[in-house]
Parts: sequence; C-alpha cells; structure tokens
Amino acid sequence: MLPGLAPKRKTQLMTDHTSRFPSSRLRIPTAGLLIGSLSLVAACGGNGGGAAGNGGPVGDPEPGGTLSFAVGSDDGCIDPQQTGSNDSIYPSRQLVDSLTDQDPETGEIAPWLAEEWEINDDATEYTFTLREGVTFADGTPLDAEVVAANLDRATELGSRGHITLSYIEGYEETEVIDDQTFTVRFEEPSAQFLQATSTHALGILHPDSVELSDDERCESVEGSGPFVLESYTPDSSITMTAREGYDWGSEVWDNQGEPYVDGIEFTIVPESGVRAGSLQSGQVDVIGNIAPQDLPQLESANAQILPRTNPGMPFGLGLNQEEELFQDEAVREAISLGIDREEIVNTAYTEDTPASTSVVASTTPDHVDLSEYLQHDPDAAREVLEDAGWELGDDEVYERDGERLEFTILWFDNAPTNAPTLELIQQQLNSTGFDVSLEEGQVAEFGTRVAESSFDIIWRNATRADADILRTSYGPSSPYLIEDEELFETLRELSAEPDPDARAEIAAEAQEQVVSQYYTVPVVDLTTTLASRAEVHGVRFDSGSRVYLNDVWIEESAQ
Amino acid sequence: MVRYIGMRLLLAVGVLWAAYTVTFVILFMVPGDPISAMAAGGMDSGTVSPEQLDAMRAEYGFDQPLPVQYGQYLFAALQGDLGTSVQTGQPVTTAIGQVLWPTVELSIAALVVAVIFGGAIALIATYTNLRWLRETLLAIPPLAISLPTFWIGLLLIQWFSFSWNIFPAMGNDGFSALVLPAITLGLPISALVAQVLAKSLQEAAIDPYVTTARAKGISRIRVHLGHVLRNATLPSLTMVGLIAGNLLAGSVIVETVFSRQGVGQLTVQSVTMQDLPVVQGVVVFGAVVFIAANLIVDLLLPVADPRVTVGRSYA
Repeated sequence: MLPGLAPKRKTQLMTDHTSRFPSSRLRIPTAGLLIGSLSLVAACGGNGGGAAGNGGPVGDPEPGGTLSFAVGSDDGCIDPQQTGSNDSIYPSRQLVDSLTDQDPETGEIAPWLAEEWEINDDATEYTFTLREGVTFADGTPLDAEVVAANLDRATELGSRGHITLSYIEGYEETEVIDDQTFTVRFEEPSAQFLQATSTHALGILHPDSVELSDDERCESVEGSGPFVLESYTPDSSITMTAREGYDWGSEVWDNQGEPYVDGIEFTIVPESGVRAGSLQSGQVDVIGNIAPQDLPQLESANAQILPRTNPGMPFGLGLNQEEELFQDEAVREAISLGIDREEIVNTAYTEDTPASTSVVASTTPDHVDLSEYLQHDPDAAREVLEDAGWELGDDEVYERDGERLEFTILWFDNAPTNAPTLELIQQQLNSTGFDVSLEEGQVAEFGTRVAESSFDIIWRNATRADADILRTSYGPSSPYLIEDEELFETLRELSAEPDPDARAEIAAEAQEQVVSQYYTVPVVDLTTTLASRAEVHGVRFDSGSRVYLNDVWIEESAQ
Repeated sequence: MVRYIGMRLLLAVGVLWAAYTVTFVILFMVPGDPISAMAAGGMDSGTVSPEQLDAMRAEYGFDQPLPVQYGQYLFAALQGDLGTSVQTGQPVTTAIGQVLWPTVELSIAALVVAVIFGGAIALIATYTNLRWLRETLLAIPPLAISLPTFWIGLLLIQWFSFSWNIFPAMGNDGFSALVLPAITLGLPISALVAQVLAKSLQEAAIDPYVTTARAKGISRIRVHLGHVLRNATLPSLTMVGLIAGNLLAGSVIVETVFSRQGVGQLTVQSVTMQDLPVVQGVVVFGAVVFIAANLIVDLLLPVADPRVTVGRSYA
C-alpha cells in the first residue's frame, strides 16, 4: 500500500458510503449476487497470478484441516461447463482437470491431462496425447473416448453453457485414434481452442456425468480433479473432499499430488461485510469478492490481500458505430482524451487496480502497452473537436450544424465500482464540452442489450485469458457494429495462426488498430481481490483469475 | 358458520387469483427476461447471438403472446403446478419446499423472541408505578420499529460473532446459528407486540372488574397477569396475520445478512436472475400464508372470546 495514497482513498470511499448508506445497504442482496456474476469479469490479478498471497517466508506445507471459503453468490449450478460467475467457478473448478493449463504469468500453455499436442497450420486440427493413469474416483480411466464424449456433449449445452459453447464454436468432431490420442477438428480455423482447453469451461467430466441432462449436471458432477464433490446445497454450501491418490496435477502448480487439505467447504455469504468480518474472526479461511470499503479493515487484521487483474476486455466505453455521431473519428478520440483514468482509478477502485493501457487488460497474453493513445488531455480534446468543425455553444456544449454533442451511456450495477466511475466519467466529459446522460440498465437485460446493440455507448467488460477476446469483442460480430475490413482481416489471421509468436504479433497489430480508431475507450483493468487468513498459504490464481486450491495449506496451529 | 367459512374461502381464492395476476403482469412488464439474465451469466456476454436467445426463449415458452403464457401458467397453477425454475430446472414447488423448513424454524424462533420481549415490555410498563420506567419502556417500541433490520443484524454479528465469538455469523447449522437471526427478525415484531399489548393492557386496567377484583383482596400482580392480561391479549391475536407477513418479508433481509438458506434467500436469488416462475411461486406462497393466518385468527377469535360472533357482519 502506498502510504501517501491510502488516506485519500479512504476518505473518498467513506464519504460515498455515508451518503448512500441506507439505499446501498438495502440493495446489497441483489448487488452481492450481481457482483458474483459480474465477477466473472475478474481474473488473475496484479501479482501476475502465481501462488498469490505469500506474505513472508513460510515453512513447509503442513497437511490437514478443512479449508473454509466464503463466496458471495451461487449460480445454482456446480457443473464447470455450465457456470459463468467467479463465485461458482471457484468450487466447480476444483472438481475437474483440463487438457492443458495456462501459466498465469507468461500466458504459455502447459501440459495437464494432455502431455503433448500438435496443431495443424490453419488451426483446424488439434491432436492431443493424454497422460496415462488418470482415473475418476470410481476407478474409470480418463481416456480419449471420455474426452470425445465430453466435447460432443458440450455442443448440446443450453444457455447456461454459453461460455463453453463459444469455446467450441465451429466444432466438427473428435476422432479417437487410440486410448491416449485423439484429434479435434473444427470447420473453421480456431486458434483460440488451445487456450480454451485450459479453462474450467472445458474441464473433463466422468462419462456418467456427461450423459446426464443439463439440469441434473447442475446438481452434481464428477470429475478427475483434486477434490471430489461431497454435497451441494444451492445458495448455501458446497463441500468437497480431497481425492485419494491424485497425482496428475498441472505443471503450473507446486503440488501435483494429493491436496494438502482434507477438504474444502464453500459457504455462500451474500453480505460483503459479513464475509470480511468472518475472515477476521477466523470463522472462514478465504473470502472472495472483497468490497473496497472492507479492505482497510482486512489489512489491519493482518489478512493476506490477493489481487489479480482480470485478463480480457477491460471495463470501458463501447461506442455503437451505427450511430452517426460515433462515425466521426474526432468525436471518438475526444471522448478518450476527455477521460482522466488516473482520477477514476484513485477515486473508485482499490489501489491494485490499474488504468487501462490497451483494449485488452494488462494480464491478457499478448497485451501491448498502447497508453500513448490513452492520455488525458481536455485541451487536445477540444482542439480535435474544433478541427472537425464542432463549435462550443452558449451552454458549454459543442455543436455542429445544429447537432449537439450529446449521448447516453448505458451501464449496469454489476460491480459496486460502476456507479462512482460513471458519475466521474460524466463529470469529466461534461467539463470538456459533451452533454452526457447516464442510463442504468437492469442487469437481467444486459445480455439482450448487448446482443441487440441497443445503446449509444455501453460500459462493460469481459474476461478471457486469450487474445481471441479481440475477435469476439471487436470483430464482425462485435456488439459495437464495427465495420473495418482492415481490422477484420487482422482478426481472421489471428484466429488462423497457431504459432504463439506469430499470433502475438498479429494480436499487437489488432490492438493498435482498435485503439487508434477509438471504437472503444478502455478505462480500467478490473481487478479481482480475494483475502485469506495469515495462516493460510498457497491460494493460486489461474490465468483467468479464478483459483486453484491444490497448493493450499493451513498452518497446523490454525487447522 | 359453514356458510361463513365458505364465503371466506371463496374470498381467499379471489385474493390469491388477484395476487397471482398482478405479479404476472408486473413481472412480465419489467424489461429483460430470465433467458437473457442467464445468458448474461457472469456478464461474459456478447457470445450469445440474438437468434440463439430467441431459440432459448421458445424453449421455455417466453416467445408466446402474454395472454397465452398467462393462460398456460394459470391453468397449470390451478392443478398445483407452479412451473419450473428457469435457472435450475427444478419444479417451483420443490424449490420452495426445499427451503421452507429453515424459514419456518426461523419464523417460530423469531415469534418466541417477539412474544417474550414484547410481552415483557408491555407487562412491566403497565404494571410499574415508576413513571420514568414506564415512559422509558414505552419509548422502546417506536424506536425498535424504526431500526432497519439489516442494521440490527450487522450490529449483532459484529458483537456476538466477530468480537466475542459466541454465535456463528452464518449458516443453518443448529440452534446457535438460529439465535442471532431470530433476534434480528423478532425485534421489530416484538415492538409491534409491545405497542398493541401495552395499549390494550392500559385500557383493560381501568375496567370496573379490576376494581372489583382488587376489592376482593386479590393482589395487584395477580389481577394484572390473571385478569387484565387475559382480556388484553385478544387485540394482539388479530395481529397474527400482520406478523406472518412481517416474518416473511423480514426473512428476505435476515437470511441474506446471516447467509441462511430459506424462502427469503430464494426470493432474492430468483428476483436477481428474473427467474419469473420462482418469483411468481414465492408471491403465491406468501399470499397463501397471509390469507391462511388471517382466516385462522378470525375463526379462533370466537373460541378465545365468546363475546365475538362471526358470520353476520360479513355475510
């Protein structure tokens, strides 16, 4: 913590807190749940993601004890292929292994269930070789047939499985070559698939679980992962026990063998203040979804604060290119120049949250720093506008040919930081000569509003630890209705290039193309924050800022 | 009497139908729907196309014209089928049934708290001769009723759980996890009980039979507890319907603050996810509880007080 900054931020938060106390508190049930779903946004954070939260030098792992983990919400589903929110991914992730893993620090793909893999030149064929000896808890071997069954079945998932579905878009078939080898084919190039195999969304389930209906899978699933589901009570708790004989952990982890703890109990605690207090009083070991106002209290109680910035699309303003106003490049650039990212980050966010430096967040593999395009300079903004023929009217708002420089920003209360951020953005832009209105949408209509592009400007983000987020966010199917053949060509190359180095170059080019055109104005890289008791070690962020708990151990005195 | 009960039941059905219809209309007028809410899961959206959304809506029947949907839902509801949760695929009746007991348990405990606290305040305030004590006690109910439930809950957690570690701050496990939620939920209701009971105690205390009883040499405390209290309890009985409503509404906040499973938390979850069939089911359930409580009280009143007769005034 920077001593100089902390007090300032504290004051700001407290002022905000006091003035909104009754209403914000009453809204907590909803807000809590929403944050949960929103936190999907959250991914691995500031520390680069490795084993997070190792305060000082600690001794050797001490096995035993049950880890108690409080999260804010529950999706109502324990199937990793059908969960979307961080709070539900934390538990479901522990039940399954994936074909690969992704090193959160380098973004490199590492072996896990698959020992090796080959990709053809246009990224339409992936041949994986599975490691031997992996079994499910009942002894069933995890072989190529099982993986094929998982992928075939995934194409039939309903709306809950939309993340999984998007990862296997264009899936054609899986050909089983022998017990350990299989080839996955796509109708079109799909270079994103390799990273997708490392995510929870493509975690491999027991063949019996694969055959269940979507709804049945939500109630209980079995995987080959380090923990086995014991019981799941929706909206209340999820308990799991360590898998005996587990020894095929990802190479990214410190501990590839059996988990150190005997089991994990996830408890759903919607109130963020109650989560923080429970951690402080030792009733739970780890908590998710820390609210900024709880941070000082947790720090003073010696809790370990574990932040990680989410990879993917940062929180920012997406400009609808079908609006004539935003087809004017000067307007787009002026909006970006009018926003003071530093002020926003210092006012509304925890100190671990960085201002955006590109159209993908800093933890996204292949991210390049393009902050020269994202400076705050209101004078330059006015100059750009005036050069394009806009004139300042009597009411301090720019006009051109009778048209005022006014628009509405659509936002959703899916993160507690959104309201103060949007109010600040409105102030900043209005003082530059815009006339900005804010519209708060219902969270439940988020999907529709995005899919139908019904907004002038939308405030949103999305998590994905792969450069493919550029294609889904800014490509031909982008909700911003971008029409830019040059950019689309780059994005097509991106999805057809399996070579990591060549792909990084293309990703860098695509980022510059989007940033320099200001189709979207990135503002902050959202950061997920967890906290654990001082006696708990080895909570590890994965590349998507969700957690692995195989390395976790609890000091014997605190078990 | 039979005729009266018949009328009341008919009226109850009417109220239920009205509750069902109003909820339906309100819910379906709100922008957004459960399908988009589900597809927005985690807000990692933008990957579900409008066509896919439409296909999913068709799957759940949300693409039908409103009157058709209403007819289908109502017809099924008449047969005891409240529909299926979009979020979990569970029948709504099962979803409510699964979380019913924790809420009933909490409500009973809260009721005990309310009767003990509320009764004690009312009895002491009307019995004491100390003016300061009486006025202090009588000032408590309005104060307690104006305290927000979530705030009481957080305060209790802060002291009894986080600072002194006497009770757990969360969960449904056992009696100790029930204490703080029951007090939180019961406190505002005890204020209600205290207010009404104190008022009727004061009124009953100046009735002539009190003077008679005292003249016969019965002690003041016996008159107070044996005679005055019995007469003064009746008005409080009529509050049972109100209290049942308060318990249900309060459970939404209390169950959230204390991370308890129950009908309240189910409500919050289904409202957030716009799981319309479940929200509808919870509203109908609430209406049933409210109607049943009022009906039972009305039928019990004549038993408790022979001076009350039912039927004529309504029929």
